[in-house]
Amino acid sequence: MNTVLSLYNYWIVIFLMMTGFYIVIARQNLVKKVIGLNIFQISVFLLYITMGKIENGTAPILLLEKDLQAGEPSQVYSNPLPSVLILTAIVVGVATTALALALIVRIREAYGTIEEHEILEQDLES
Amino acid sequence: MEQHLPVLAIVVPLIAAPLCVLIRQRTLVFGTAITVCWATFAMTVLLLLRVVYCDGSDLITPAANVVTYQMGGWLAPWGIEYRIDSLSVFMLVIVSGIGAVVLSYAPLSSAREIHREQHYLFCAAYLLCMAGLLGILVTGDLFNLFVFLEISSLSSYALISLGARQSRKALTAAFQYLVMGTIGATFILIGIGLLYQVTGTLNMADMSSRLSENGEVFNKVVLVALAFLTVGVSLKMALFPLHAWLPGAYAYAPSVVTAFLAATATKVSVYILLRLVFTVIRPELALQLVPLDKGLMLLSLIGIFVASTAAIYQKNIKRMLAYSSVAQIGYIALGISLASVSGLTAAIVHLLNHAMIKGGLFLAMGCIAYRLGSVEIDDLRGIGRRMPVTMFAWLLGGLGLIGVPTTAGFISKWYLVSAALEKDWWPVAGLILIGSLLTLIYVWRVVEIAYFQSPVESAEPVTEAPLAMLVPTWILIGASLFFGLQTSFSVGVARRAAEMLLGVVS
Amino acid sequence: MTDEITIKLALALPLMAAVTAGLFARRPNVRELFTLIAAGALLVVVTSLAPGVFSGDRPGVTLFSVMPGLSIAFELEPLGMLFALIAAGLWLVTTCYSIGYMRAHNEDHQARFYACFGVAIFAAIGAAMSQNMFTLFIFYEVLTLSTYPLVTHHGTEAARKGGRVYLGILLFTSIAFLLFAVVWTWNLAGTLDFKPGGILQGKASDGVLLVLLGLYAFGTGKAALMPFHRWLPAAMVAPTPVSALLHAVAVVKVGVFTVMKVVLYIFGTDLLASKGLSVPLMYLAAATILIASLVALTKDNLKARLAYSTVSQLSYIVLGAALANASGIIGGSMHIAMHAFGKITLFFCAGAIYVTTHKTEVSQLRGIGRTMPITTFAFLLGTLSVIGLPPFGGFWSKWYLALGAAEAGHGLFVAVLMISSLLNIAYLMPIVARGFFLPPAEGPERPAINEAPLFCLLALCITAIGGVVLFFLADKMVQVLIPIAQN
Repeated sequence: MNTVLSLYNYWIVIFLMMTGFYIVIARQNLVKKVIGLNIFQISVFLLYITMGKIENGTAPILLLEKDLQAGEPSQVYSNPLPSVLILTAIVVGVATTALALALIVRIREAYGTIEEHEILEQDLES
Repeated sequence: MEQHLPVLAIVVPLIAAPLCVLIRQRTLVFGTAITVCWATFAMTVLLLLRVVYCDGSDLITPAANVVTYQMGGWLAPWGIEYRIDSLSVFMLVIVSGIGAVVLSYAPLSSAREIHREQHYLFCAAYLLCMAGLLGILVTGDLFNLFVFLEISSLSSYALISLGARQSRKALTAAFQYLVMGTIGATFILIGIGLLYQVTGTLNMADMSSRLSENGEVFNKVVLVALAFLTVGVSLKMALFPLHAWLPGAYAYAPSVVTAFLAATATKVSVYILLRLVFTVIRPELALQLVPLDKGLMLLSLIGIFVASTAAIYQKNIKRMLAYSSVAQIGYIALGISLASVSGLTAAIVHLLNHAMIKGGLFLAMGCIAYRLGSVEIDDLRGIGRRMPVTMFAWLLGGLGLIGVPTTAGFISKWYLVSAALEKDWWPVAGLILIGSLLTLIYVWRVVEIAYFQSPVESAEPVTEAPLAMLVPTWILIGASLFFGLQTSFSVGVARRAAEMLLGVVS
Repeated sequence: MTDEITIKLALALPLMAAVTAGLFARRPNVRELFTLIAAGALLVVVTSLAPGVFSGDRPGVTLFSVMPGLSIAFELEPLGMLFALIAAGLWLVTTCYSIGYMRAHNEDHQARFYACFGVAIFAAIGAAMSQNMFTLFIFYEVLTLSTYPLVTHHGTEAARKGGRVYLGILLFTSIAFLLFAVVWTWNLAGTLDFKPGGILQGKASDGVLLVLLGLYAFGTGKAALMPFHRWLPAAMVAPTPVSALLHAVAVVKVGVFTVMKVVLYIFGTDLLASKGLSVPLMYLAAATILIASLVALTKDNLKARLAYSTVSQLSYIVLGAALANASGIIGGSMHIAMHAFGKITLFFCAGAIYVTTHKTEVSQLRGIGRTMPITTFAFLLGTLSVIGLPPFGGFWSKWYLALGAAEAGHGLFVAVLMISSLLNIAYLMPIVARGFFLPPAEGPERPAINEAPLFCLLALCITAIGGVVLFFLADKMVQVLIPIAQN
């Protein structure tokens, strides 16, 4: 019981992942699909960030003098790497969202709608 | 300079891309881009010589060296390391070669199919895509792999949408590809994250040794990670049933884009699968956790038949060739699922062979689209008489798909059937050959219409495609014939790569 | 000139003929002259190799290696030499005939015709000289593809449909069965070289070998073993020179040649005979012989009748191979030569009749002997050779086949051969008889002579007489074939 509850970060990740995935599949509106995609990606970001935090770990900034004197780390630091990775991933996510929205604008110009079923109808007719 | 080759091969096209955006003038942009592409190809050939053909090894028995490069001088496993072994360099040459040939073909083709104002953007996106693909092949760091994967994916979404001038379906195809591709990439990211969690490193070689030491402890995590990674990569690779994005994307993108993506993007995703399963998570662990061999075999066989059958009913030839690509990816996946040296050799050599054949076929379609303005099968009536050189190239490419002797496709089929028979799985061997027969049907449908039927009365007279477009087409088709007879390079390097992946010392 | 160079020259000559036919497309006399010269030169080259091979030499050359262990290599042995001689000789004769036919008929695309012909002969010679199954398979497929434009020469809807059946059946059988068999053999034996005595001794169980033999037999669609024989009648949409050379000589003979080579050098006659593996094949061949002959009886279209006759005659050769004893092999191999000359004569005559009178059906041929006596007489000679009466070559091949069947203890097949001969008489003789003895259906009772074009006549006379000549050469043929048959 204890372990399951203490892994709450994973539960949040799973919840967000499924929500995002569901929105992508179920929603017809293209903008909503992109939002779903974003939520899906955010769940992964949370996975990474939360995996970096270590219990009792402080911010990963070297307390230089203290550590130099001791010759070894005096503190437990949280892992900075996942956060750094996620910065990259967030940028990728932003670029993807921008591209997706630009495509939606073009689709709106070409089809006059951004509902997936209407677009499909128009495609089948032509 | 020579020691920086690994990173130069990526950086040069990467820098050239924003340069193209700055130089807006069309001729200068194309000139720069084409020069950059051929320069990159030259660099990858130099790398090939270093990795495979040095130390007195000859064409028959290529060596298997590894070239490493530390980014920014930071040592692995803390820094990002570039690691080029025989599989990477084989694919580097393929991707940069096809990139150079296809871009040389692009100026004329894009004049017809892409808005003039967007040409410089096309070149920029093309170079970015190529840089991304080359980066995937070179890197030895998992997250770096993801970043390059996304670079290439995003630029390919943009490239596909450039086809909107011909048909607005390019936009929806690009959007669908974007959604599915991002889901796939995110799955890969999840897998990478989980693997990082249990091993503490992102360097592929380091992770591999850590997993093999204490892999059993983290079995469940590795299982979940492998599951996510496999699904993500299958999506990118267009393995049945996750191939839904491919027909639309290939059919409505501009011909240059289709030729480039068909020949490279899915192959690089196969490379990712090979790296993940065979180098990072060794096959012993991977196959023990997930029945990859049986699962992959089943899916690839179904994919071959479903896709080939779907191809027979297509009216749009580019769409037909797209379904054909899904089937051919099935063949490659089948080779991988056999998980033996022969099976992997067959799969890897088919990466090269199919790239040349499909690239050539799509370039030929581009020539036809250039003159006719259409790629519908009904409009192709009698095209064999009016555009004989182009159609003959298409015919040779089609024969390569079927796997007729003296074409590269035959070599791949031979090794695939041989690998299946080695394991005494003769039903699989039989099914591979029956797949060829389905290919015969859809290829010959086009051949008959092109050569036997006369053009519609109202059709405008068309002449042969311009030389600047015919030469790249024939370079690729000619290469497919050459590699159908002279296989010492292709099979030699593929075998070396297969042995290295399986850890067979020879 | 060394043997190596001679072999390469033999391969290069038909290709050069094809290229020049393409280059000089607009100058008919030049291109036809080049083709004739090339054909003549090929005959000389091939004949120069013959004495050595027939006295025991095995000259060969390896061109290059395609995959590790699999190379394109050539080596001449008596059977291949025989086939090469036939192919080269009959190419010369057929070129002569084609000149007459195509010009009289004013056919389109003649350059394409001669070019594809050259490539097809190149493939046939390559197949005849192959040293291993891999090379043979490659040339087999090249032959299929290069003959497709010839079959669909007229470009009509009927031609397209015929071409579809032709290509469909041949590629289907070669990819699904033959390639499977070849790769399987490669896996089992580790080599694909043709070796006397075979390469499969002790490599696999009897069941596997039986299946393998079946795959080879059905995979060689060009041997027209039922039920994969439909391509032969379908290919009759082609112009008659094509039907004559390719479907009476080159294409079909490559098929049965492949079967012979597989029996002799992949399996080995000892292996087959000792384990009785080829008995099902014998029955299959016998069935084809009879059924095809019966179908030929029902066909009114002359070329269709001849096509089914060919299906039947090919199975003679397959039967000979399946009998797997010396007499059977000798009989089958000799029949490759005898049937070639006999059938090509019949086809030449059919084409000559068509080009002169535009008649295609047997029922229309009453009294043809009065307007075209030479042609009809040649037809008679060809018929007698196919039926197998002395003094025609066909007699000796049937003799040895019957001998082989008797020696193997299969009296049934002797009966089959006899019945088949009777059926041959039934579907071929009436044509001659009606031609000579009945007056024409319309027009005067003694019409003027209106023979075929000169080049056509020349060709069909040469082949008709050739059938007689072969009767006397049969002894030499047997001597030449004994070394390989008795392994």
